[in-house]
Amino acid sequence: MQPLTLRRLLLRCAALAAVLFVVVVLALKLGAVQVSLYGLARELIRFALHQTSELPSNYSLIIFDIRLPRIFLGVFVGASLAVAGTSFQALLRNPLADPYVLGVSSGAAVGAILAYMIEPHLGLAPDVAVLLTPLGAFMGALVTIAGVYLLGQRDGEIDSTTLLLGGIITASFLNALIMLLLNLISERDHGGMSFWLMGDLSTPLQSNLQWIIRVGFFLAAGAIYTTASDLNLLLAGEKEAIHLGVDVRRVRIVVYVAASILTGLAVSVSGAIGYVGLLVPHVMRMIFGSDHRILLPTAAFGGAIAVVLADMLARTVVAPGELPVGAMTALAGAPLFIYLLRRRMG
Amino acid sequence: MSSAARDSVAVSAASNAILSVEQVSYAYASNSAQAPLFTLEAMSLQARAGEIVAILGPNACGKSTLLNLIAGVLAPLSGRVLLDGFVTHTMPPRARAQRIAMVQQESQLLFPSRAWEFVMQGRHPYGRSLRFENEEDVVVARNALAQVGAEHLTDRRMDKISGGEKQRVILARALAQQPAMLLLDEPTLHLDIAAQVDLLDALRRLASVSRYIVVVVTHELNLAAEYADQVALLQRGRCLRVGPPSSVYQRELLEQVFQTPLTVETGPSGRPHVNVWSGKSTERS
Repeated sequence: MQPLTLRRLLLRCAALAAVLFVVVVLALKLGAVQVSLYGLARELIRFALHQTSELPSNYSLIIFDIRLPRIFLGVFVGASLAVAGTSFQALLRNPLADPYVLGVSSGAAVGAILAYMIEPHLGLAPDVAVLLTPLGAFMGALVTIAGVYLLGQRDGEIDSTTLLLGGIITASFLNALIMLLLNLISERDHGGMSFWLMGDLSTPLQSNLQWIIRVGFFLAAGAIYTTASDLNLLLAGEKEAIHLGVDVRRVRIVVYVAASILTGLAVSVSGAIGYVGLLVPHVMRMIFGSDHRILLPTAAFGGAIAVVLADMLARTVVAPGELPVGAMTALAGAPLFIYLLRRRMG
Repeated sequence: MSSAARDSVAVSAASNAILSVEQVSYAYASNSAQAPLFTLEAMSLQARAGEIVAILGPNACGKSTLLNLIAGVLAPLSGRVLLDGFVTHTMPPRARAQRIAMVQQESQLLFPSRAWEFVMQGRHPYGRSLRFENEEDVVVARNALAQVGAEHLTDRRMDKISGGEKQRVILARALAQQPAMLLLDEPTLHLDIAAQVDLLDALRRLASVSRYIVVVVTHELNLAAEYADQVALLQRGRCLRVGPPSSVYQRELLEQVFQTPLTVETGPSGRPHVNVWSGKSTERS
């Protein structure tokens, strides 16, 4: 009998933070333009000593203006998707739930595109207008989960097969809707299509949007984390959780809204990157167990590591060209999904 | 740890609790405009600490509904359920879970955990969401496992143990809640006869030694007769009789309720014993 202690939790997180650091350094180094470790260290030390203005080299341009923001974006997007996936799995009592598989990411994309289309007609100040896309994505995610939840019901209870099928069909419908909307916006420029459908981290963000995703992540993930032990009990079933003193309705609402925020934020800045919310929680569960008090923070780190790694590969395997990062995560995630599905049935 | 400390943990808050079901009724309708699909007519019963109450009746007679009303997770249409003077359905969820523990029919696990982790869930009502278990929780969980004779299962995985062992661990989780009242919904359903007797012996011991109020919904007429101090007999949402087994186990009454010919005799323990001698096998004997 070894109950979880704060010390054990922090040690695990520290270990994962170290792995994340290594991955970030690697991602800074590798790319179409090779940066030597020495050059990288030199630039980082200069940056730390606030001497960047001294002599702007090509290295520092590539590292600080291109790669680092993109890596930061990957960290937050990955963490958001992994925490959202973990939450959906607990909320829907389905280990195969994931924002992408359930169509929630596509719903968020539709919401974001609609917000983007409406925005010019509202005449908002630029600072407010920038909020509109994430807000639209959040609303899109919220509506889609509600829809998929209703679709997945059978005789008043969630049926996992019906839920998954409902989600996959919803995703396919919404993806078609995305193509339709993008064609309405512009008849020629389809560059956005792979962004929304597959996910892409290469679009640079406005700085206030970067703040929104950071603050939003910590608020939403923090809200979910306050329900961590309730989620453990909810996994045992709603009826049991009620008898063990869980306020099921409150937990559902908190997790439902917060997971929608996380998905909406991630999708509005990076499109629909798939399978992170499925693959990462599963691996973390195998390593650390299924206690949400440890699973949620480790999944956040794991998601960050996974997306930064996937994006690094997306940048390098066909360099100087680029794959969408979602193609990399799907290459790894789809086979895992099939494996998990087979194991559940067998 | 001293034996005195162990006892104080084991006995918990139970000792003198009183359950009082006062004219409780319930109606279930799929929407409020329609006639109710199911009703439970007003009924009353009382139980003291140390007593085992069995709720008996054919399928869909309202047994589980009554149990959920007692547990306070359903709000009655009229009447109220009091545990030690507190109305059960208006208690905050955590406070309720500190007084009332429920053992359900089936406990399915999405991600299998170890037995001790499962028992530790019973400590949930005692902490805020993010609390980490402390020394006291570990002691309570150990004692709970010991009380049901399942110490050897502590580190076993829940999906790798037998049905009877699993039922013990589930009971241990309920004990870890340190409740005054234990509710069980058909706890013997998937157990073989030896495991059934084992479980009921454990309940008998828990009721008389640790002074819990035990309310158990069951199909097993003879096991109920053997172990219960009081029996409530339900049929189609009506409580036909409440009392000691000897007063409820009347041949005509049971035949009418269970729709099968049977005989009632006095068993070796002095309690009634039911024999089903033909027709549908509502009862093994």
